Amino acid sequence: MNTFIGGISTLSLARWQFGITTVFHFLFVPLTIGLGLLVAVLQTAFYKTKDPAYDRMTRFFGKLFLVNFAIGVVTGIVQEFQFGMDWSRYSSFVGNIFGAPLAIEGLLAFFMESTFLGIWIFGRGRVSDRVHLWSIWLASLGTILSAAFIVAANSWMQHPVGFTIDPVSHQAIMTNFWAVVTNSTFVLAYGHVLFSAFLTGSVFMLAISAWHLRKGNDFAGFGKAAKIAVVAVVFTAVGTMFLGDSQAKQMETQQPMKMAAAEALYNSADGASFSLLTIGDLDDKPIFQVRVPHILSVLATNTWNGKVQGINQLQKEASAKYGAGSYVPVIWVLYWTFRIMVGLGILLFVLGGAGLWLMRKKRLEQSPRFLRFASWMVLAPFIANSTGWIFTEIGRQPWVVYGLLKTSTAVSVIAPGYVATSLIGFTGIYTLLAVVEIGLMIRLAKVPSPILSESEAQSVPELVY
Amino acid sequence: MLGLMSTSPSGLEQLWFALITVLWLGYFFLEGFDFGVGTLMPFVSKDDLDRRVVINTIGPVWDGNEVWLLTAGGATFAAFPLWYATVFSGFYLALFVLLAALIFRGMAFEMRHRGDAKWAKWWDQAIFWGSALPALLWGVAFADFVHGVPLLANGQLGGTFFDLVKPYALLGGLSTLSLFTLHGATYLGLKADGGVRERAQAIASRLAPLTFVIVFAFLGWTYLTAHSRHQTGLVPPLLPIVGLGVLAAVSWLVHERLEGWAFIGTGIVIVAFVTTLMLNLYPNVLVSSVSTANTLTIVGSASHRYTLEVMSWVALIFTPFVLVYQSWTYWIFKKRVSRPGAPSENVASNA
Repeated sequence: MNTFIGGISTLSLARWQFGITTVFHFLFVPLTIGLGLLVAVLQTAFYKTKDPAYDRMTRFFGKLFLVNFAIGVVTGIVQEFQFGMDWSRYSSFVGNIFGAPLAIEGLLAFFMESTFLGIWIFGRGRVSDRVHLWSIWLASLGTILSAAFIVAANSWMQHPVGFTIDPVSHQAIMTNFWAVVTNSTFVLAYGHVLFSAFLTGSVFMLAISAWHLRKGNDFAGFGKAAKIAVVAVVFTAVGTMFLGDSQAKQMETQQPMKMAAAEALYNSADGASFSLLTIGDLDDKPIFQVRVPHILSVLATNTWNGKVQGINQLQKEASAKYGAGSYVPVIWVLYWTFRIMVGLGILLFVLGGAGLWLMRKKRLEQSPRFLRFASWMVLAPFIANSTGWIFTEIGRQPWVVYGLLKTSTAVSVIAPGYVATSLIGFTGIYTLLAVVEIGLMIRLAKVPSPILSESEAQSVPELVY
Repeated sequence: MLGLMSTSPSGLEQLWFALITVLWLGYFFLEGFDFGVGTLMPFVSKDDLDRRVVINTIGPVWDGNEVWLLTAGGATFAAFPLWYATVFSGFYLALFVLLAALIFRGMAFEMRHRGDAKWAKWWDQAIFWGSALPALLWGVAFADFVHGVPLLANGQLGGTFFDLVKPYALLGGLSTLSLFTLHGATYLGLKADGGVRERAQAIASRLAPLTFVIVFAFLGWTYLTAHSRHQTGLVPPLLPIVGLGVLAAVSWLVHERLEGWAFIGTGIVIVAFVTTLMLNLYPNVLVSSVSTANTLTIVGSASHRYTLEVMSWVALIFTPFVLVYQSWTYWIFKKRVSRPGAPSENVASNA
């Protein structure tokens, strides 16, 4: 019952489905969070200065924000449902704890973002300018809050706290809600996710503004947007990196195997060197490797000669504690996703830094090479976000709840044919959505913001949709 | 609520069964008319402008209405993990179809107006099927909860997809489909103007008797089989009688142009209908058609007391805010939606 054509199991189908749907969902969510805040900032600037350039930018990026928001919403419902559909044993094990943040997310965050976004879209000219401005801020706050609850839920899976195991039902039972929402893993992960979401929005705004500046469209508007974005890129890239670094140190104590696998560090080492790049096998004899002495120890422990634990030692420890079996995640995935994420983060910081320097020289709008570089970097945050989550989720394997529940025993007891059907179905639908969505985004992003006369700017459309 | 919290542990579980019922009621009342509006769109519109009028009646609110589903789902996960786990894995293919429908429908609202006529035509299909299919599937699912599914002793569902679509469940699906469509028709009567309003009224007055027959048959079936299933929550059958009575009055309300009352009327019918099913289900949450020993009960599937307490406080503190600002949006957009250039009037003036 549990294998399909070619021996494919429900488990592997369910894992692929979760991976595909989640990575897809999270392509759009960070942009929603980041761009929502930036649109609120642009609209506030217009509200304060009455400079029509800010109004144009609010409308221009607001449109892209809405198209992107829609896809995040519809793919989000799948996320909530598939815990029960594909991972029913996980759901009944964690429901006492994991369910609460999901329910609270709906009540506190989703109602707020959807309701106030409705007011923002349809309320222009129907509510006062002040209420209209408030509505985008509250919608943005809703998106920011929603990330808090889902990251809290995920952090509990990475580092379970505030619980006990019921001796009869073998379910995880919440004993301390406060511990769950102040989980040290959550605090850092939420900061990292939030900063990277703002970074995503900022790079997106910078890249599109740069494209228009290069084409000579609306210098006043896109110039302003680019400058706000440059400052935001620098600020959020620093925040993302700083928190990511703190997470690495936390990971060394909470999930040392993830750290060891990320470095392909087979044996524990003092003053461990950081492998920058590897060609060939990651295990025994790489063909070519660049290593920076001591840096891994600094990264993981904040000390020059700190001890970093190796895969072999950790595997032995884990099998003594949890029983026989492999406790090593897929090393090459971790090694490369980690490097891609960090590398792109640094590159984005360089982008922001270069932009800041040009801004100081008052040459930002007239630097074609920078503008071209900025436009291409539009893909970077999306790749970094995806690799970051792939890293953190694959790195937790074989556990779904670290140290408590293995992924292999979390999957629903259902025929693989069901999961295969929905896997093919969702993948097909999502591919279609991606084509439609990205095509539309590119089309909308290329149309320069129309310069509106005062009466046009104040007109209220009778039918918005 | 404070009083309830200090009572025996079972009190909280009943409370959460009641709260989840309220979340489903909110969802079916609100997204019920969204589904109805989407299902009716091809039938009340003569041209593209009409279709835009139809979509704009629910434009500012549909997404907030759908959050009731997310919250109901999340609350079920948190308060009744076993119910959530069993139903969601057991109703796998039905949920997949539901999700696909909701995805296309949700995208359609944002996408439809951003392209040419051909593009819009595709999204119109998504709006129709994405509204009609969920309206049908929800009734099927809730009927299955009541009449039972082949739930085995290990908590898994036996049988196949076809065990979920037996005649009783299909009649349940037809009931919600017709009810939601009628609810959408009275909503359009209240919120749209011009031709759309007229056509919606005409459909409502013709659809109401048909809906009455379907719902009467379904509730009658539910009632007649309740005793043999030891489901006594329906006795005395006050709620279904009230619901059917109001449903009988809807045609007349529409005919008399009491548009506000007609909409409230279809809302009451939905509330009575869903509450009837939930009361009939009580004290179970999912009935096993294989053996009563396998039936999932409220107490047997609930989370521990502490989780329910935390959730109760959160609900107590934050629900009022949600209700206030969500109601406020209906107030902001109280104007009827009309074709550009046509004079419009306030809904409030004839509600």
